[in-house]
Amino acid sequence: MSITINIPSALRPYVQGQSTLEAQGETVAQALSFAETQHPDLSKHLRDEHGNLRGFVNIFIGQDDIRHLNGEQSAVSSGDALTIVPAIAGGRS
Amino acid sequence: MTQTLTPEEKARFSRHIILDDVGLEGQQKLKNASVLCVGTGGLGSPLLLYLGAAGIGKIGIVDFDVVESSNLQRQIIHGTKTVGVPKVQSAKDRIQDLNPFTEVVTYEERLTKDNALEIFKDYDVIVDGTDNYATRYLVNDACVLLGKPNVYGSIFLFEGQATVFNYEGGPNYRDLFPEPPPPGLVPSCAEAGVLGVLPGIIGTIQATETIKVILGKGTTLSGRLLLYSALDMSFRELKVRKDPNAKAITELADYEQLCGLLPVETDAKPADEGFARIQVKEASSKLNAGWSPYVLDVRKPAEAEIVALSFANRLVPHDQVGQILSELPKDQDILVHCKLGGRSAKACAVLAEAGFTQLYNLEGGITAWAQEIETSLPQY
Repeated sequence: MSITINIPSALRPYVQGQSTLEAQGETVAQALSFAETQHPDLSKHLRDEHGNLRGFVNIFIGQDDIRHLNGEQSAVSSGDALTIVPAIAGGRS
Repeated sequence: MTQTLTPEEKARFSRHIILDDVGLEGQQKLKNASVLCVGTGGLGSPLLLYLGAAGIGKIGIVDFDVVESSNLQRQIIHGTKTVGVPKVQSAKDRIQDLNPFTEVVTYEERLTKDNALEIFKDYDVIVDGTDNYATRYLVNDACVLLGKPNVYGSIFLFEGQATVFNYEGGPNYRDLFPEPPPPGLVPSCAEAGVLGVLPGIIGTIQATETIKVILGKGTTLSGRLLLYSALDMSFRELKVRKDPNAKAITELADYEQLCGLLPVETDAKPADEGFARIQVKEASSKLNAGWSPYVLDVRKPAEAEIVALSFANRLVPHDQVGQILSELPKDQDILVHCKLGGRSAKACAVLAEAGFTQLYNLEGGITAWAQEIETSLPQY
């Protein structure tokens, strides 16, 4: 199964500049883990020291925030698009 | 008291008035509305111009900054003539030139938890054109406490986000982002850059949503997050829902602490970072007295093309420092600098980890150097 992961510009430096990644998996966790294995620098920006998704990073399946589904255990199937949406502030910090 | 349109205003706003969904009634709503814009930067510039032009009766603007030439690549409400002028004054003059019927109230101060509620209470709609996380959480919480819609826009590099928070029972910023990123993890636009036209797109979307909220027409972005990518030229729409687990907002918090900008007070001594932090004045004195460190510039090459220290020895982006460890001197002081001091501190940490011990981070970077030591250097 192939899942597309949309990468925001802020995270593209950690995935060799790609705007999308193709991943495998049956859950969000598996698809993200697939991408993180290929691009280890991605993890530090997605996860805290306990391995949990950071509170300023949202993952959507299609239009839906996984926090309102089953979190990282939400099921994905071939053709689904995951979108990573970090908080951005512009300007200073 | 409801104000009616004068004949002159009817002529000026005729293109609105003949629109079925605006009409005379809608234009009067705009005239009787008040909008507060927090920030007159990249987002505030286009949205204030359009809100002023649209005939909003009262516009408040909060900003403590002055116009700099490096703002003008995107902050089009200001101009070369107003470089050095407080942004609120520069913006007020431009809005009133565009539409003398609009009342403009300026707040030349930093928005804080002590003044936010007092300033916000007099406005119908709040527009978030800020440039940092701490103020975004403050704007959000103040809007929730006062029950005011928060028209949100944000930009970074080539991407923008827009939505309407806290409108007609809809979600707020904390429902989308429960916590801010720790400082240093996300580079700022000042360090990473931003496409000048990007805030133009997002700011005009905010202006559009503000006008719709006032008119009560159309479908707003409440409950929907609009993502715009200038590079891909794509708009994507995501659902934003109220988070049932979100903590209720009952008072304003300490937002600098929330965003990790203030050290949490403890009795413990600060951890040894493995490198020294040196102020530009002290560095300059030491250099004048014969100090000759190896000077490592960890900015991007394009930044060094704008301005560089004449005595820099090596240029390598901060995230590539780990690749040139063998080429750096271990028995000499190394002075590391970037634009503002953040990236160079990260580079120092990498070097310290790799066993380098004579490390100095130039606090404030080349910007502080240009402000305090070599004032002829351009700032960017």
